[in-house]
Amino acid sequence: MAIPQNWRLQHQRYRLTGEVCHTCGAKLFPPRDVCPECAKPAYEPFQFAGKGEVYSFTVLSDAPAGYEAYEPYPVALVKLQEGPLVTAQLTDVDPQDVRIGMPVEMVTRKLTEDGDDGLIVYGYKFRPVLKAAANG
Amino acid sequence: MRDVSIIGIGQTEVGEHWGKSLRHLAGDAVLAAMRDAGIERADALYVGNMLSGELNGQEHLGALIADFVGLRGVEAVKIEAACGSGAAAVRMGYLAVASGLLDVVIVVGVEKMTDQKGAVTTAGLAMAADAEYEVVNGISFVSLNALLMQRYMHEYGVQHEDFAGFPINAHKNAATNPYAMFRKPISLETFKRARMVAAPINLMDSSPVADGAAAVVLAPSEVARRFQPASVRIIGSANATDSLAVHDRRDPLFLSAAALSAQKAYRQAGIGPNDVDFFELHDAFSITAALSLEAAGFAERGRGVYLAKDGEIALDGRIPICTFGGLKARGHPVGATGVYQIVEAVLQLRHLAGPNQVKNARIGMTQNIGGSGATVITHILAAEG
Ligand SMILES: [Zn+2]
Repeated sequence: MAIPQNWRLQHQRYRLTGEVCHTCGAKLFPPRDVCPECAKPAYEPFQFAGKGEVYSFTVLSDAPAGYEAYEPYPVALVKLQEGPLVTAQLTDVDPQDVRIGMPVEMVTRKLTEDGDDGLIVYGYKFRPVLKAAANG
Repeated sequence: MRDVSIIGIGQTEVGEHWGKSLRHLAGDAVLAAMRDAGIERADALYVGNMLSGELNGQEHLGALIADFVGLRGVEAVKIEAACGSGAAAVRMGYLAVASGLLDVVIVVGVEKMTDQKGAVTTAGLAMAADAEYEVVNGISFVSLNALLMQRYMHEYGVQHEDFAGFPINAHKNAATNPYAMFRKPISLETFKRARMVAAPINLMDSSPVADGAAAVVLAPSEVARRFQPASVRIIGSANATDSLAVHDRRDPLFLSAAALSAQKAYRQAGIGPNDVDFFELHDAFSITAALSLEAAGFAERGRGVYLAKDGEIALDGRIPICTFGGLKARGHPVGATGVYQIVEAVLQLRHLAGPNQVKNARIGMTQNIGGSGATVITHILAAEG
């Protein structure tokens, strides 16, 4: 992905900023300006808390070009507390221990790099919420 | 609106064609279809293809292939809808002939996938998904489908082994298809022992990367009989879409575009699922086969997988699928697949399917899926006479 394309996505990637629909209240991530629930405008930024649970997961061992160095790595659909699903890698966890329903939280991590001299792409990943923190 | 018929078909063997370029594969299929139809010219050529720019460094396929097959001068254009490109191109040909603006249209689906190393092809296929919100996270196309399969098994209490019937059926039917990539039956043991690709999807759940091309010739039904006594009429044609990304769907386990395009096609044809004699569905992965059967109305939600267990998808079952091997065993040259499905349906309806013949087949349905379900094209075909 090109440098300007990555730069434009900084608020979504680093802070999980989405949008909220003032007509029906739907919280949207990624932002899309038109609410998919009611087709009304949704331009108001909304800050997601970055907490959710694993909706589904898998482990990649045949990675696409640019990601081979990290395999095997777990990828998940995470159901955010505010409603939307988000596609993200899981981190700080043994792939064997991942379960559907597991509470997770967003962290910022390196996603990939464009060769030795190229752009390093950072973004969100999700890690397990520690038991004590989850209960408290 | 005019009725539209398929008056010619052509296909190349699916496989690793090291000695053939994209233009040669497409040319072979187009010329075979023109010979079958008995025509020497056409008004237009539509090309279904997904990845020629990425994998072959070549775009602008319309003019390239039209010139290559001796049709220099005709209207020609490439149509892209990821793995649904082939049937999307057939749909455009259908619209052109039905509208009355064009009389004879050739549609070819072609994909040349084996020129690049695996990781490059994997990255190319991932372009069917959302680049900024799915792909950047390191997902592959297989892994997106693995997320669906994992959730399906969780929600419906299904075991991985329950899916085995899909690839076993596909390989059994491919064994007698001279154009198929894998002409060898597989056993339950082979399925269970297969290498894991992206859990729970293993190698036997997945269709192979392949080269291939298939073509059809479309003409108004009223003149079709003059060219081809064994013409087959298109009685339903529909294209419907869903969000590009899996995470943007309200219910990822329901392929709403597949349901919508099937319903539109059924309505146009004036039939329902019970009238369909066989179904060429898009078994890119065994989970996709289960979800398609559910979306198209052949099974309740969460029950599609059991059709494979109970033998209902066999050639003599209630709803035969993948009658020439499907994506899994005939092979899946992505942009060509949707046209292969139609070519195979025509063979069934002409009763020229040999050992793969579905007895008394009168009405066949094809469904081609782009991406993880974002574009779905359904066609319903009927034998004439
Ligand atoms: Zn709304």
